[in-house]
Amino acid sequence: MKDNNLNGRHLLAKIFRWTCIAVTGFAVLILGILIYQVTVMGLPWLDMQFMDSFPSRFPERAGIKSAFFGTLWLVGLTALFAIPTGVLAAIYLEEYAKPGKVTRFIELNIANLAGVPSIVYGILGLALFVRFFHLERSVVAGALTMSLLILPVIIIASKESIKAVPQSLRQAAYAVGATPWQVIRHHVLPSAIPGVLTGVILALSRAIGETAPLIMMGALTYIAFIPEGPMDEFTALPIQIFNWTARPQLEFHELASAGIIVLLGVLLIMNSIAVYIRYRGTRSKM
Amino acid sequence: METNEQKSTVLDIQNVSISYGSELAVRNVSMPILEKTITAIIGPSGCGKSTLLRSLNRMNDFIENVEQSGNIMLSGQDLYESGVDPVEVRLRIGMVFQKPNPFPKSIFRNVAWGPTINGLSGDIEERVVTALQQAALWDEVKDRLQDSALNLSGGQQQRLCIARALAMKPEVILMDEPCSALDPVSTSRIEDLLFELKREYTIVIVTHNMQQAARVSEYTAFLENGVLVEFGDTDQVFTRPENQRTEEYVTGRFG
Repeated sequence: MKDNNLNGRHLLAKIFRWTCIAVTGFAVLILGILIYQVTVMGLPWLDMQFMDSFPSRFPERAGIKSAFFGTLWLVGLTALFAIPTGVLAAIYLEEYAKPGKVTRFIELNIANLAGVPSIVYGILGLALFVRFFHLERSVVAGALTMSLLILPVIIIASKESIKAVPQSLRQAAYAVGATPWQVIRHHVLPSAIPGVLTGVILALSRAIGETAPLIMMGALTYIAFIPEGPMDEFTALPIQIFNWTARPQLEFHELASAGIIVLLGVLLIMNSIAVYIRYRGTRSKM
Repeated sequence: METNEQKSTVLDIQNVSISYGSELAVRNVSMPILEKTITAIIGPSGCGKSTLLRSLNRMNDFIENVEQSGNIMLSGQDLYESGVDPVEVRLRIGMVFQKPNPFPKSIFRNVAWGPTINGLSGDIEERVVTALQQAALWDEVKDRLQDSALNLSGGQQQRLCIARALAMKPEVILMDEPCSALDPVSTSRIEDLLFELKREYTIVIVTHNMQQAARVSEYTAFLENGVLVEFGDTDQVFTRPENQRTEEYVTGRFG
């Protein structure tokens, strides 16, 4: 029999497989420890009183109400600004823009913007929205800043899923006398929507967790009311968590853990929605 | 073939050259497409036959760096004159592609979409039924019009694509190797269908299958390197070709 070093190759395959398993296991383990610690510290504090109270300097009276609703406001407005802008920009770049130097330059810049540290967006938001447009430290200024932060992510994700729509589908539609808008509206977008929405939800999840730009533009840490309009001041979950961890007392650290559980819960719900949409989208194509 | 003298020219290709960047794909081709006939365009891979076909309903508009000269006249109107709407051109000249490309929608919606978005007059449902009947698909799908078109077999999908084109009642139907992705049985069903369709429609078909060209078409154009080497009666092109290269190609010596 020819010796193809089959045993050696099988051994290499096994080593590779187990390395992959070990690395994955390590990541899951770290995440598990983190969640365990947060749960142990925070769960006893997580009750209706915690959800329904404003911040306080007495830990037993402190709650997360203003931060929770502040986050809902922030994410809602961010979605309102960033989704249409991002998706339309992606449609323009994929369907209308002529490939060339200008388009390439724009795409390169968008890809670069996705990697800019969030604090830089905070500085931009402070100079542009808070000061120049006099939006002050309002939830709308925060949402506009967050929109800038997640726009590159939304554009890139939407672009990729629009690009993945087969060219043959567009041609089929054009061949029965459709206009570009009809092709996009009836065929490209419905096929791309699961991918677009997944990108959107992931981007919004990022917006929920971001702290630095909000601190930079001066969102307040102590707010004892719920925003009633887009021009109201606000705080958000990560700011509240940051604020509690910065205090010396152990009780506040435990409160921070409870806040993290709430934040993770919101993230989990949003990601579940993304998974569900993706599932429904792929099933309807069968 | 005797009756061909009376048929009028629907599409007139006049001195058409098409290039991609610096690469010349079609060189100064002139030929007529006669009403209610099937014209086959044959030739080796990369000879420019698909490019020529796609120029007939302005599908090359979507490709970058395409340069075209010459005229393509549809009933006396130049399709490339400024002011001509390419959408209207495609309304009048339908197309069936190499691979079946149904929309990921129901069978009914696949055929109904074209007439609906174009706001065509009349009963859409009737149009769909007629188109499916003409495409010899009706009996197979009449009980499941709301099923996804993607559940059909490849051959059925291609007949659905033909029905989709027919629903627009186009003046000309272009077919770009419509059977190349199909099995022999599906292929022969589509060939039978072509015989039926030419009573009412003008068809231009690109094929790399010479037997198919010989079986279904009245006229054959042989292209090589973008040059129209020979154009004439299919019988004549296959049995008594005037050009040496045509003879070598149709007898299978190259290509």
